[in-house]
Amino acid sequence: MTRYIVRRFLWMLLVLFVVSLITFLLMHAVPGGPFDREKAVPPEILANLNAKYHLDEPLPKQYLRYLWDVFIPHISHIPPGTSLTDDHLINVKIGEKLWLKWMNFGPSYSSRSRTVNDYFRQQFPISAQLGTLALLVAVLIGIPLGILAALKQNTIWDYLGMGIAIFGVSVPVIVLGPILIWIFGVTLKWLPPTGWGAKPPFILGFIPSKLGPEFFKYAIMPSIALGLGQSALIARLTRASLLQVLREDYIRTARAKGLPERAVIFVHALKNSMIPVVTVLGPMFAALVTGTFVTETIFGIPGMGRYFVISITNRDYPLIMGTILLYAVILVLANLMVDITYAFLDPRIRLTD
Amino acid sequence: MSEQAAALRVRPEVLARPSRGFWEDAFLRLIRNRAAVVGGIIVIALIFVAIFAPYIAPYTYYEQVLVDNNKVPAWMLWLFPSMKGYARISDRYPLGADYVGRDILSRIIYGTRISLTVAFIGPIISLVIGTIYGSISGYFGGRVDNIMMRAVDVLYAFPGLLFIILLMAFFRSTLAHPAPGTFVYAVSQLDAKVGGMLFIFIGIGLTAWETMARLTRGQVLSVKEKEFIEAARAIGAGHLRIMFRHIFPNIIGPLVVAETLAIPSYISLEAFLSFIGLGVNPPTPSWGLMISEGAGVIRTYPNQAIFPALALAITMFAFNFLGDGLRDALDPRLRGTR
Repeated sequence: MTRYIVRRFLWMLLVLFVVSLITFLLMHAVPGGPFDREKAVPPEILANLNAKYHLDEPLPKQYLRYLWDVFIPHISHIPPGTSLTDDHLINVKIGEKLWLKWMNFGPSYSSRSRTVNDYFRQQFPISAQLGTLALLVAVLIGIPLGILAALKQNTIWDYLGMGIAIFGVSVPVIVLGPILIWIFGVTLKWLPPTGWGAKPPFILGFIPSKLGPEFFKYAIMPSIALGLGQSALIARLTRASLLQVLREDYIRTARAKGLPERAVIFVHALKNSMIPVVTVLGPMFAALVTGTFVTETIFGIPGMGRYFVISITNRDYPLIMGTILLYAVILVLANLMVDITYAFLDPRIRLTD
Repeated sequence: MSEQAAALRVRPEVLARPSRGFWEDAFLRLIRNRAAVVGGIIVIALIFVAIFAPYIAPYTYYEQVLVDNNKVPAWMLWLFPSMKGYARISDRYPLGADYVGRDILSRIIYGTRISLTVAFIGPIISLVIGTIYGSISGYFGGRVDNIMMRAVDVLYAFPGLLFIILLMAFFRSTLAHPAPGTFVYAVSQLDAKVGGMLFIFIGIGLTAWETMARLTRGQVLSVKEKEFIEAARAIGAGHLRIMFRHIFPNIIGPLVVAETLAIPSYISLEAFLSFIGLGVNPPTPSWGLMISEGAGVIRTYPNQAIFPALALAITMFAFNFLGDGLRDALDPRLRGTR
């Protein structure tokens, strides 16, 4: 088992390396630079800016410098947070005026007073909150709908539930978002049409400090808009899995020994039918957190996704690299989690892979 | 002859019903599914609208009448009472005019062309790339398979949407000012001719084939050990012949079903890209672009976002229902397992 996890971990590092390399090459292949302006910048100033951010170096050297800054831990006498080029995500004090620093994603070129790590600390938690709530919406709607459809198979409830599921998949965020805003934000004026109800600093890095009605008033519409499509997938998966489990022998045994139907379903069937559902939650969370741009754009939420689109137009190289790497780490970890869960559940997988 | 024997006697006139083939059977199952039939009718209607758009639409999609900007027909005030007081009325436009005075209905009608093109070309691209890749990997197996599937694994780790956005930015700006006579210039001309959709297809092609490749590989693996493949090999059939004549016909069903089910995701990908400004080139009327323009004025002129959004939702519904029905019809065992 340990060997399996170690091997998967090494594979993960290789994947991240490839992702970073392809992103780096593609990003630099886009014509134009981060300091191009409508009014041309004087060449000597441009040269100075490029020199400051090491953009005058050959590309391989720039790439190695980036890897060095991000992946290799440094030990330094300089206290953390003293300059924009020396802002690390992880700082550990290891002695008198001695810090262990790791993961410097560099300064943002388009915002002169912020580093990429500032975006990670202030914008990413908002996307993570939105993604978490959307997952919650997906689970809270999807699982009951799926159970209902499976227990009342081929009745009106089944068709209704699966109809709602198809509705959920058919209405993308760019459709649902404006419609929700128009109904609840503009016409009924029940909810604020745009904005987000939480500001940094966050507890533990991502929990809003004031988790009250004010927060949910802003969060409810975007979470539904983002989570509804996924709730449809969960509903279908729950239904299929529960139907399969209900045909197993041990369910017949449980019924035969006279257990009440409620106990058969909620104790025996449901627990086992949740295994495939639980395993998709990891990747689903990753997909929701990394897929929030449109929701953030429509609802005016200051999350990570919005800044990513802007960072591409601005050729903000460190922000592009940082965002893609962060999201790739989330996706890879989610997949790793699934594989390890499966390996625990099914010993045969360990032997074959 | 006793009565019982007479009853047991084989009566050929009862047994000899005409036998039905696989496709006929599937078709019968499909038209028995009411939701799928409704979906199919809507899709056919959409195809009709797309082809005859110039005859149906009251205006062209690019015709601007600047003095008519944001005008709405009178009945719209009844639907959206919030517009009373400031909206200017003009009954020339059935669903109102947008911010530069273009007829919204005409743009929605022409927008059908974009969504349907993506709905038909997207699957073909990902099917062709994915099937070729997956069948090579599955057929040859061993080290080839290992390397090819590892590459797919790496691509899976890419944050898909971020990657497409980056790719689109790359295409857009690389081809912004090409020198005439070069390959890049030819590509950009082609792209301009199709209203900027070429890169949407490339984006779909580059990101959607991986799932298809995995599916094809799995199917090939399950078929290639069967006896009839061995028989074909024994009489000296080459790799290509085995692949195309013997394996392919046996695996195409599930692949087509998977692609049909993926159509809504291609449609929404195009709408999404156009929404963030990386899709079609204005004034090409993509629903995503129209929703994006309308979302900015949703408080004042909700009609500009709501109607294209409804068009997109109806199209997605239709394809989802049809796809679901097709899957159930082609493989009844799979009902409800997605």
